[in-house]
Amino acid sequence: MELTLDILSFVLMTTGGAFVLIGGIGALRLPNVYTRLHAASLTDTMASILIIAGIMLQAGFSLAAIKLLAILIFLLLTGPTASYAIANAALLSGLDPQCDGSTVGAADGDDESGEELRS
Amino acid sequence: MIEVVFGVFLLTLLVITAVAVVRTENLFVAVMLMSIFSLLMAANFFILDAADVALTEAAIGAGITTVIFLGALALTAQREKRSPNGRFATLGVISVLAALMIWATFDKPRLGDPDAPVHQHVAPWYLEQTPELMGIPNVVTAVLGSFRGYDTLGEVFVVFAACIGVLFVLSAGQGLDRGLFAPDPESEGLRHHLIPKVVGRLLVPFIVLFGLYVQFHGEYGPGGGFQAGAIIATGVILYALLEGEASALNALPRSVLLGMVVGGALLYTGVGVAGMLLGGNFLDYSVLMSDPVIGQQVGIVLIEAGVGITVCGSLLSIFHAFAAREAR
Amino acid sequence: MELLGYFNYWVFAIVFAIGLYAVIAKLNLIKKLLGLAIFQSAVFLMYITMDKVEGGTAPIIQKGIEGQLYSNPLPQVLILTAIVVGVSMTAMGLAIVVRIKEAYGTIEEDEILDSDHTA
Repeated sequence: MELTLDILSFVLMTTGGAFVLIGGIGALRLPNVYTRLHAASLTDTMASILIIAGIMLQAGFSLAAIKLLAILIFLLLTGPTASYAIANAALLSGLDPQCDGSTVGAADGDDESGEELRS
Repeated sequence: MIEVVFGVFLLTLLVITAVAVVRTENLFVAVMLMSIFSLLMAANFFILDAADVALTEAAIGAGITTVIFLGALALTAQREKRSPNGRFATLGVISVLAALMIWATFDKPRLGDPDAPVHQHVAPWYLEQTPELMGIPNVVTAVLGSFRGYDTLGEVFVVFAACIGVLFVLSAGQGLDRGLFAPDPESEGLRHHLIPKVVGRLLVPFIVLFGLYVQFHGEYGPGGGFQAGAIIATGVILYALLEGEASALNALPRSVLLGMVVGGALLYTGVGVAGMLLGGNFLDYSVLMSDPVIGQQVGIVLIEAGVGITVCGSLLSIFHAFAAREAR
Repeated sequence: MELLGYFNYWVFAIVFAIGLYAVIAKLNLIKKLLGLAIFQSAVFLMYITMDKVEGGTAPIIQKGIEGQLYSNPLPQVLILTAIVVGVSMTAMGLAIVVRIKEAYGTIEEDEILDSDHTA
């Protein structure tokens, strides 16, 4: 029983870590704000669910598990809202969601996310 | 071992972030990176066993400081003009300084050395005496509130003075009726955005509740007045962002905020004076109750409340001072 | 392994130098304040590094556990209050920067000095 729980929680945490990695690579490599946001929002929904579920299995039925559940609910409420607010701000500042060839090259600069938000 | 590796990883990220903050020319990006820097710093503090400090750094460094910086950016400029080249002299001097400091660190005791001089003098006494004299588990709160109460009183008055200073500097040159007391009625915040509004309204009460928990649980776990004041201020700032500054000022008018700033500092001093009147020294809580241990606990709860009220009031006053000023 | 025990102090020295460089070399006043905040954080890091005791935990005394090592609470108390003083100082500095911007129309140090000399 112990072993099964351990294996299950390690699998969950590793998958969560993989999602964080994918989200990070996506946020670095994708062409514009919207696609990057799409990749980055993976980390605060899917990855946080998996990782916190893994830690909860380690914690067992205790006060720590309830606290983790509260953190998870908080993250699930705020993460997508923050993503929405960023996308909305980008749209309001006149950034075109259409991704044609021209924006791909322009986004490959140094501190590009700020530039795009400003332009 | 794993802790050390994790610490090295976080500290490396810290250096990279610091370099990025200094290098980027977009001030908005720099402020956002500064927020990340503070969060990394908080994580480092947590690995180094400083839970209270980590909580403070996360709430104040990553939260409130960023908001104040953004408020100032809205009033000044968003981009830095390119600095002139030829700063090699500065770079050289700074590099030599860093090299000398790194060389000097080899004389320091290594990380976690139990025989380091810091751990020999008063700290063991604090750890030993806190359960007997105070009866509360969190030694940091005990040292902050009682053993080093003078120090904390001084810090509270620094916060108080900074708040008054910011209000003086920022309210000068604007008509009283316009600048200080009447926020822009056009400022609507995010009222027309359904998702942030609904989620924000749901979260604000819980943020304030968590702040109160941190305030009153500070004797038993990580927490206390400084952290709680910052967390409650964050909740109210979120409300101001969602509903517009006018509604936030309706809920908590400036006069109330100023009353909080003054009242908290007065509460702290009052507890000290009460100790004197009851025959003890200034800030000696043992005489507050017939049982000295209970007296210490009552004193610590009261002064932590004073700290929390002052910090919360000051941070909100500073936020409103920046938000109410018109860009010109 | 022995050398890794000094890694925190090295990071302190480097971050300290970075912050000092920003304060001296950058002409933008907000950048100077950011540098000052980095500089401060470096000092915080040094103090908190000193509080760690090997095998210790956060100084919250648990009843019924004998022989538990606790980290040093004193540096933590000093830094806890210093962080709050730091934000007060930053706010004060930013308020003055805002007034400078209104008086001179710029927040670049060289331009401010120029307009002082011509006036």
